[in-house]
Amino acid sequence: MKRFLPYIAVAFFASVPLWLQDQYFLHTLVVSGIFMLAAMSLNLLLGYTGQLSLGHVAFFGIGAYVSALTSLGFSVSIFGFQITHEPWPPVVGVILGTLVAGICGYLIGKLAFRVRGAYFVIVSISFAEVVRLVALNWVELTNGPLALPGIPPLTIGFEWTGYATLWGKAQNYYVVLVAIIIAYVIIKRLVYSPFGRAMIALRENETLAMSVGISVTKYLVLAAIFAGAMAGTAGGLYAHYIQIIDPMVFMFLNTVTMVIMVITGGKGTLAGPLVGGLIFGLAPVVLRSYVGPELQWILYGLLMILIVFVLPDGIVPAIERWFGRSSGNADDQRPLTLETSKAPQS
Amino acid sequence: MLEIRNLVCRYGKVTALKGISLTVPEKQLVVLVGANGAGKSTTLRAISGLVPAASGGIFFCGQEITGMSASRILSLGIAHCPEGRRVFPHMTVLENLEMGCYLRSDGKEISSDLDRIFSLFPRLAERRKQVAGTLSGGEQQMLAIGRAMMSRPKLIMFDEPSLGLAPNIVEQTFAIIQSIRESGTTVLMVEQNAYAALDMCNYAYLLEAGSMVLEGPGEKLINDPHVREAYLGAGLAHA
Repeated sequence: MKRFLPYIAVAFFASVPLWLQDQYFLHTLVVSGIFMLAAMSLNLLLGYTGQLSLGHVAFFGIGAYVSALTSLGFSVSIFGFQITHEPWPPVVGVILGTLVAGICGYLIGKLAFRVRGAYFVIVSISFAEVVRLVALNWVELTNGPLALPGIPPLTIGFEWTGYATLWGKAQNYYVVLVAIIIAYVIIKRLVYSPFGRAMIALRENETLAMSVGISVTKYLVLAAIFAGAMAGTAGGLYAHYIQIIDPMVFMFLNTVTMVIMVITGGKGTLAGPLVGGLIFGLAPVVLRSYVGPELQWILYGLLMILIVFVLPDGIVPAIERWFGRSSGNADDQRPLTLETSKAPQS
Repeated sequence: MLEIRNLVCRYGKVTALKGISLTVPEKQLVVLVGANGAGKSTTLRAISGLVPAASGGIFFCGQEITGMSASRILSLGIAHCPEGRRVFPHMTVLENLEMGCYLRSDGKEISSDLDRIFSLFPRLAERRKQVAGTLSGGEQQMLAIGRAMMSRPKLIMFDEPSLGLAPNIVEQTFAIIQSIRESGTTVLMVEQNAYAALDMCNYAYLLEAGSMVLEGPGEKLINDPHVREAYLGAGLAHA
């Protein structure tokens, strides 16, 4: 049963646009899906290496801006040189956005992982703020607070198949679904590879990890590259779906949303950000249909506090434990989660 | 096999090691004793490349290893069992052992080494799928030793192997360390339990406030009046 769960979930979510009539709800699903993708990338850092990146939205925003500018084209002068870029297809934009965000992950990782813990949190926040200010003030390139409107939607296809432009919500829904599946498979392979082992070892006991020959900085930087690139992809998809972006994409609230998704779902688990993302992506919309707007966010907050209090390890580890207990098959439980087992440490 | 010459280590402005020299001959058990903060752990950390040397040299099998990366030193054959939290608590016993050969890629050899460790420590074989954090303190120690052996070291360094263990487990741990030495692996051990350590070693060094103050065979240190008074509690017994 547990083995087929991912397939059942994929089949279910693939069928959603076929029977869901409410277009607004579908839109919410697409946006939630994009944030789930970003949360998955954050989970790589927060869940597996244990480093809290509170500036994760920077990678998301960089992906969004790079992708938007690549597909819109721009003309700026830097130090007297006029640089003009003709519009490229949106797909190329998303790929470039991914690459640039990955490179930023590398730079930040190189810079920030000399320090860890609280210092890394501060460096990551500062990075996000700097990028936001650049987006706000480099008006020639980014249009500043006036936003970049008219970003073309994604087109897919090849020369020999003809191109299809993805205007509709259902089409974008499938793009995001496929992106999440690909990201899930990539992260799963990473986590169960020697690279994943090294990351988990670092989180569990850094001194010991170093003593078995794991290079701390190397693996943290690698994790930051993957996390940055994946958040960049999410940002690119966001830009082409929403079709307008402004410096508000760098809002701290967006990072907080990602962190909430990861923590409530279960950091350091594969499915955690997905479960957390679904709950907190859809909660505002679902709550709105039952209660007034004043109560909506209060309930959102209460739900969050409740989950963190009752299930401090997150929803997925709690379900896994319950599963493990009821089936009596403890051997099957991979101890990759951060569950706080009350083990004697002597 | 291992030689340290005038090693100086600093943590910021604090000098932890003030130019120590030490030799570990092949197939011997050498013990480093001393009080808390004397620089024992720093010595081991400097050897395995976790702490940079400010000056002086570390030589292993005739090759200078000062300034090499920790993974390089490990692959040359020096394994380090750090003190305190000895295992990866959320990984299984098997995964912990596999972490020990993280730098190796010879699959067949690894599985034969795993078999060897499991035959040496049958308790670990029984619990290979159990999460390491749920093992008893003694079992965690066995696991830590097993993990260090997985890198096929020529030299194993133990940092406070008796720390926090029940007396009978301490005895068992020392017996295992002794048997590791008898099987041909060189051992360098840091230990607060000075009497037991001095009793089992071939040669010992006494470290005080970052300097070597005394060295010699185990009996020499055991019978030394200063060591007796400061580390073996003999002074109190006679009082």
